[in-house]
Amino acid sequence: MKTSIIVFPGSNCDRDIAVAIRNVSNTEPNMVWHKETSLNKADLIVLPGGFSHGDYLRSGSIASRAPIMKEVIKLANNGTPVLGICNGFQILTECELLPGVLMRNKNMQFICKYTYLISNNENKWVNKKEINKVISYPVAHHDGNYFCNKDELNNLKANNRIVFQYCSATGIISEENNINGSLYNIAGITNKNGNVLGMMPHPERAISKNLGGNDGISFFENFFNNIGNL
Amino acid sequence: MTTLDQALELGLNKSEYEKIINYLDRVPNITELGIFSAMWSEHCSYKSSRKWLKNLPTNADWVIQGPGENAGVIDIGNGLAAVFKMESHNHPSFIEPYQGAATGVGGIMRDVFTMGARPVANMNCLRFGSVHHHKTKHLLSGVVSGIGGYGNCMGVPTIGGECTFDKGYNGNILVNAMTIGIVDQKSIFYAKAGKPGSKVVYVGAKTGRDGIHGASMASASFDEDSENKRPTVQVGDPFTEKLLLESCLELMRTDCIIGIQDMGAAGLTSSAVEMAAKDNNGIKINLDKVPVRETKMTPFEIMLSESQERMLMVIKPNSEQKAKKIFNKWELDFSVIGEVTDSKHIELISNNISVANIPLEPLANGLIYNRPYKINKSKNKTIVNTNNNWDISLQKLMNNPDLCSRRWIWEQYDHMVMGDTIGMPGSEASIVRIHGTNEALAITTDCTPRYCKADAKMGGKQAVAESYRNLCSVGATALAITDCLNFGNPENSIVMGQIINAINGIGEACKKLSMPVIAGNVSLYNETDGESIPPTPQIGAVGIIKDTSKIINNKIENSSDNDILIIGETLGHLECSIYAKEISKNENGLPPNVNLDEEFKNGQFILELISKDMINSCKDISDGGIAIALTEICTMSSIGCKITQKNKLNIDAWLFGEDQARYIIICNKSNTKDIISAANQKQVTIDCIGELQGENFEVKDFKKEIKKISIEKLYNLRNNWFENYFSTKI
Repeated sequence: MKTSIIVFPGSNCDRDIAVAIRNVSNTEPNMVWHKETSLNKADLIVLPGGFSHGDYLRSGSIASRAPIMKEVIKLANNGTPVLGICNGFQILTECELLPGVLMRNKNMQFICKYTYLISNNENKWVNKKEINKVISYPVAHHDGNYFCNKDELNNLKANNRIVFQYCSATGIISEENNINGSLYNIAGITNKNGNVLGMMPHPERAISKNLGGNDGISFFENFFNNIGNL
Repeated sequence: MTTLDQALELGLNKSEYEKIINYLDRVPNITELGIFSAMWSEHCSYKSSRKWLKNLPTNADWVIQGPGENAGVIDIGNGLAAVFKMESHNHPSFIEPYQGAATGVGGIMRDVFTMGARPVANMNCLRFGSVHHHKTKHLLSGVVSGIGGYGNCMGVPTIGGECTFDKGYNGNILVNAMTIGIVDQKSIFYAKAGKPGSKVVYVGAKTGRDGIHGASMASASFDEDSENKRPTVQVGDPFTEKLLLESCLELMRTDCIIGIQDMGAAGLTSSAVEMAAKDNNGIKINLDKVPVRETKMTPFEIMLSESQERMLMVIKPNSEQKAKKIFNKWELDFSVIGEVTDSKHIELISNNISVANIPLEPLANGLIYNRPYKINKSKNKTIVNTNNNWDISLQKLMNNPDLCSRRWIWEQYDHMVMGDTIGMPGSEASIVRIHGTNEALAITTDCTPRYCKADAKMGGKQAVAESYRNLCSVGATALAITDCLNFGNPENSIVMGQIINAINGIGEACKKLSMPVIAGNVSLYNETDGESIPPTPQIGAVGIIKDTSKIINNKIENSSDNDILIIGETLGHLECSIYAKEISKNENGLPPNVNLDEEFKNGQFILELISKDMINSCKDISDGGIAIALTEICTMSSIGCKITQKNKLNIDAWLFGEDQARYIIICNKSNTKDIISAANQKQVTIDCIGELQGENFEVKDFKKEIKKISIEKLYNLRNNWFENYFSTKI
């Protein structure tokens, strides 16, 4: 199991995701500085959360032009699984591996709290047993309000590309449970091939009951148990 | 050549100006005058408080570094140390709340990572004016987003603190920020300069014209023109600070650094002076080498700029290239700007001309004033009227900004990043696990200005005692404190009396409870148009939890079959309570007495119960008494309670009185007997008042009258105050 975690100046969840991967897969992830120009073959590439380049200009936009991103885009297009969490999701939309944009939260404030999510579509990123079940991961972002045009949304829906939606504790997907104003309560989507996932919530923060929740463990376990299926 | 008028404009007085001329044996030039005025400002020199601060206990076996460094350091076992300090950023935050608060957070984090520690948690204590004051919404939302904006970007969790409102802060809010870091004891760095000839290096952001003379601004009172001081507020760049953090920690893993000091208040001036003076050296700086972001900056501006995210280091011979490479990687400026000398002077060169040459001794040792003081505490008791409608009073208090949930605030802070935060903000003490271990640090900040206003000595004592209780109630052994002393104008003898009193009260409590003061900050001149703030000696305390599996919290998971017990004696003290202020509208009288022997005894008893897994939840009883503490437990656990008054106190006094040294504990009914007999054995006052049950907060008073309120109602009152505040025109 080889994981590469890309570290941008201003990334700050790089250690957290490394801990989660180490704990669940028992392998040591490879930390890759954004100025590198080549990537070793990896089973998973992670773009971690944080404030790459201070989120100046637009969240994720400067990082999406980093030297390493050419390589990430090439590997993603060749089928390597790429996971972008929070700022990583923003970077994935900025480099157009994923459609749409992440705008400022509807209440204009940074939001950090546990939030309920549901995965209603069959997809490889979520354990089959957890499809249609409510899980809980924390969010921590200022710009998580997902938006895309109608055609894109239809495309996302038609091809089972919406992996996570914000919902209530009982699984109701409604505006009331839409914490940041995202279109269609979208919290995470994939690319057409399903190998690139961008998501605002942080599964890597939900790996210990002691710290508030452990729903994230099965997210990583599922991935590592099904390498090559993505 | 300078004149007395220029000196006065820079905040010096006539006798100070004369002293400077005396020291130099000539009239200072403007750069020199600026340097003196910054170093001799209250903010940098502690000239009014130093004489009294010496009385504080600062030693214990576990203290590695006490006051006098960038931050204090304590041994937390396993070869690790905790580094922490609290600092004020009051004046800037009032003038420009977002940037003022943000740079306050940035500054205190720098103090901690300067010493080699990675910051692991931020806390902050906020005091705003009345919620009805026209500026309060603007200041509150600006300060909260500023704290979040900086801390969130840095990736350091903000895990707790305080936020209260009182008209006494209408014209001068308080923003006190605290950072805690963890470091390997073998790689702690200090602000020292090493041998003459060592290179002095500037790293970080470029120097601009922002925050010029901020230290002097912070050392003056406010008047109606204070808005015009906006240019003296610094502008924060948390992204650069994140790079500075990572690059400094990377450099610290090599063997390049002799000494390091962040450029905080008074910028390059104080960092250069403090470092060189520490080893009794001199320092020579070529100002042309200082990276600037604006053209034609004068030596005065360069020396007094408080641009953020900058560090001054002295590095070992032949390590320049190695160090430079690291800062190049992080795309930060790195410039050798001078060297350590044996001159015992600070010498500044600009365009090959000497622009300042001052002996370090008077700059570093500043001034010490023995200001006149008057001890003026309210000695009269007062009768707090009670209305005996405790159910209505409880609802009012639950919907009070000082007692309601602070969720609106802490959801704007990333309190989970770094993956070690245990529990949620809003607990008794905030807890952060020591990464990769089963141990944790518990951190709390406390002060009750209502008490300090009536009796600063008792108030100082109480602040320390409450912090001790908060640590005990999460099972943490208290280790040390940092203080942040916020007062009005020390030239007012009554204010000076408050300062001395508070320091003495803090010292007494710290001695008795074995919590030395290892770092601190003094913020004076917190007054507007002659009116001082209530004395606010803020305490930040740190303790250690040796086994995270023992941690209990306010949310009872398994809530059936639980008894409610009160530890400590309930006398029904309502004077100076929040009940007196909000319900009876009476702010006179005396604060509750703090009995330090009781505090220690009861605290130790709580620690014992937690270590033996005897209890399910514990809260200290403070603002709002038994009723508020119990409501918090019930609303967080979504369960009701049924309690019975056994004494003959007025029911409001029993429920809302603020007697000290008390805790409320929740335990399985099967443990109640054992706990009571253990308490009796230790002569700890204990009383079982009822049980968790049903969906209501139900009280039977000694006249056997029963009243109840639904927990759901209390929950809604407690949880929505801030949202309602911002959505209505209060």
